[in-house]
Amino acid sequence: MTDAATPKAAVPAGRVGAYPDAPDAVARAFDVMRTTRAAEADGLNLVLWYDREHAAKAARDVQAALDEGQDLGPLAGVPFVAKDNIATLNLPTTCASRILAGYVSPFEATVITRMERGGAVLVGKTNCDEFAMGSSTEHSAYGPARNPLDPTRVPGGSSGGSAGAVAAGIVRVALGSETGGSVRQPASFCGVVGVKPTYGRVSRYGLVAFASSLDQIGIFGAGVDDAATALELVAGRDPLDSTSADIPVPRYREAAQRSVAGLVIGRPKEYFPPSLDPRIAALCDRALTRMRELGADVRDVSLPHTDLAVPAYYIIAPAEASSNLARFDGARYGRRVPAAGLRATYEATRSDGFGSEVTRRILLGTYVLSAGYYDAYYKKAQEVRTLIAEDFQMVFASGVDVLFTPTAPTTAFPIGAKVGDPYAMYLSDIFTVTANLAGIPGMSLPIGRVDGLPVGGQLLAPHFDELTMFTLAYNLERVLGQDAHR
Amino acid sequence: MSAAPRAAAGAEPVQYEMVVGLEVHVQLKTRTKLFCGCPTKFGALPNANTCPVCLGLPGTLPVLNYAAVQLGVRAAHALCCAVNDLSTFARKNYFYPDLPKGYQITQYERPLAECGWLVIGKNPDDTPITIGVTRVHLEEDAGKSLHDRYRGATALDLNRAGVPLIEVVSEPELRTAKDAGAFLRVLKQLLEYIGVSDVNMEEGSLRVDANISTRAAGDTVLGTKTEVKNLNSFSAVERAIEAEFARQQAALATGTTVEQQTMLWDAAAGEVRPARSKEDSHDYRYFPEPDLPPLVLSQDWVRKAKEELPELPSAKRTRFAKDYSLGDADIEVLTANIALADYYETVARGHEDPKSAANWVMGELLATLRATETPITAFRVRPIDLARLLDLVRAGRLSHSAAKRVFANMAETGDRPEEVAERQGLLQVSDDGAIAAWVAEVIAESPKEWERYRAGEQKLLGVLVGQAMKKSKGRADPKKLNQSFSARAAG
Repeated sequence: MTDAATPKAAVPAGRVGAYPDAPDAVARAFDVMRTTRAAEADGLNLVLWYDREHAAKAARDVQAALDEGQDLGPLAGVPFVAKDNIATLNLPTTCASRILAGYVSPFEATVITRMERGGAVLVGKTNCDEFAMGSSTEHSAYGPARNPLDPTRVPGGSSGGSAGAVAAGIVRVALGSETGGSVRQPASFCGVVGVKPTYGRVSRYGLVAFASSLDQIGIFGAGVDDAATALELVAGRDPLDSTSADIPVPRYREAAQRSVAGLVIGRPKEYFPPSLDPRIAALCDRALTRMRELGADVRDVSLPHTDLAVPAYYIIAPAEASSNLARFDGARYGRRVPAAGLRATYEATRSDGFGSEVTRRILLGTYVLSAGYYDAYYKKAQEVRTLIAEDFQMVFASGVDVLFTPTAPTTAFPIGAKVGDPYAMYLSDIFTVTANLAGIPGMSLPIGRVDGLPVGGQLLAPHFDELTMFTLAYNLERVLGQDAHR
Repeated sequence: MSAAPRAAAGAEPVQYEMVVGLEVHVQLKTRTKLFCGCPTKFGALPNANTCPVCLGLPGTLPVLNYAAVQLGVRAAHALCCAVNDLSTFARKNYFYPDLPKGYQITQYERPLAECGWLVIGKNPDDTPITIGVTRVHLEEDAGKSLHDRYRGATALDLNRAGVPLIEVVSEPELRTAKDAGAFLRVLKQLLEYIGVSDVNMEEGSLRVDANISTRAAGDTVLGTKTEVKNLNSFSAVERAIEAEFARQQAALATGTTVEQQTMLWDAAAGEVRPARSKEDSHDYRYFPEPDLPPLVLSQDWVRKAKEELPELPSAKRTRFAKDYSLGDADIEVLTANIALADYYETVARGHEDPKSAANWVMGELLATLRATETPITAFRVRPIDLARLLDLVRAGRLSHSAAKRVFANMAETGDRPEEVAERQGLLQVSDDGAIAAWVAEVIAESPKEWERYRAGEQKLLGVLVGQAMKKSKGRADPKKLNQSFSARAAG
């Protein structure tokens, strides 16, 4: 990382409370706007849409409520950003796609409503891979986002803009979305905390669907506490999402007081293959050693079907995507490229509106669902998915509380390095897609650096046991201290 | 039609039979749509009944309306189906501008209910004609494309998008177009009886596609089927089936094969023709709908729904025969639809003579409804008032012809029969004093006729009574007048 490339606004990642000097919510919102502009001036391209007037008004409203003595909770007056595939009323929701250029949703996502109810102030919408399809935030119709820690490199993806916005110190809380690791992997690349809750823990209402059975809104935090606080606010049953679970939301922040003594941490061997960068493996083992020193029990375990996860994922996710993205046809909203006749208009609109990666996945998904191929691909992949879920069930049933793995096989790679090789790009999800397939919660938090670039450690827990996952995360964050960032 | 099978000289001509299965889409009578809270009311301004969910806007999700499940299960029970305790939703993918999500949410692998049947009539030997019902499943409707509203452009009305439907699929067990028509009429009557649908073909709340194949009589293997669409009346279904059968027979008889394809019925031309070429035929890429968990129904709930099923037409017919001693023809008319049956039953219960109640309902009432084009549900005469009217006739207080006039007035005003009869001065006078006075007047004015009658000319009684009726302005009870004249003649 060269000095010239270091963004002016960057603050040390993981530092809780990025705006200690701002006296109130309004000043904080303006602060964020300033840093956003600075970051954009640096060409980081993390935030696609922001509206100074609107953010200032929202901040004023919150401050007025606080001045009246209302208790809005721990995120009152805290600015946040949301990935551009989460519907918001006052800012565009384009999914970083040309086909939705200028589209403003007439309703907002449940997570946005809940964040705002808690006094958090939405200040911008972040860059991502188009329709969340990608692992680098290079597949954006509005240009690639850059990693604030090294702008020659990707911030990861698909929620790279949100991860980068936290890493750059623009905000300390950001919303992203996961289908195969799109929160955890960029969190790992940017040295921040990224949480993917259990499938059904957070309402998907207002999240533009990529692969509905895998999608889940996730949270970035500068530290574990930021993420736990925001998750507590947005989690819970939503009558507008039939797949959201009616299970009480624990107080995740209480995990900060819990000890890891007696917790059993599984170290699945499939996530530490011989090909893994030994420096990443060493950082993982250092983290595990620290946990053992705090009284946790570390066991070697096996999740035998792990190698089938990426192929199964790249059948199921595109299949669902091919259906979810059918609505973008230019007939009712979004971009339309007129041509002679209905079919020609569809072809022109969709060919022009979708980027290459989205097109590739739609074609792939259409193919695997076609008559005569369904059983061989989609059905088979669903069977594999069951096997992967059973792997986790068995390990957790054997007494393991949490699994610990590297989040990604590499650190942030240079922009352009994988964009021409989809398969290499797909493999950056190799350690994260399993949690989406099984529906279990997972998170990434910084555990050190390799060549100055952040490395994330991944925690995976049983369904709806985010509390234990946070317990480990709080302890690990505390015990690693600044070691996590060097 | 020139569909006579040709055969080699000397051989018996081949007899063909048609094999028909029906797919019937029925709009459920819920207040709101299947996956959102928008109203289902017909006739609203275009796109007035829409919201982000039924418009399929990005980020929206479906939430199942259990009122639709309830109606679907009721229909399934009425069709003697086994209701699945777990059914699943699926996406049927195809592109069309009035399909806002680019897929229709339907049920595919595990439908709401399966394995039912419907009795559509009787064989000559009195055994029932039973047609299997393959499945009943829930699905959402699409919107409407309006191609003729704006020149050179298509307009979309998405009010119907997301309206709940059930699809009833019959087994391919229908062998004549007439039976197909009977299946639909019986189905319509049944669904209307149990209150799950308005079953109105004009408003599109009932739509039919027919699958037709042809084989040599006696064959057990099914021929290649075609699907005939655009059937907008029951008679269109029957005519289209005949036309398609004729087309297929002609093809088979000349040794050509029937191509599997979708056909459209052209009512004006009275013919079917291919809807689209084979290359364009849809691959719907069904897969389980990830946004909706499986629909799980408890056994108790399903059983209770069955117990709460309203009386079905067949049971009502049996009961009407028993309770009201009516003949088959009357019962057929009176049970044709639930509203009429309910109306009749209230009249019959309010009046001593169920047969005369039946005659009035089938006669005056149906005639008035037809003449005024009024649906029975909007008819102003309350059934209990019709019963009272019949009571007046039976008690001799109103003549049959006066009762008709009273009824006509009741139909206009909705007033009670006593009021109308009073107002119009039509109540019969059977008061002895008044009768005696009219009789005395007639005797005084027509002494010759009176004498001849007294002398035994019985035919003159009619003349005398007629004169007395005139004096009473038609209000006198003719029986009483008769009695009075004969008593005085004898006395």
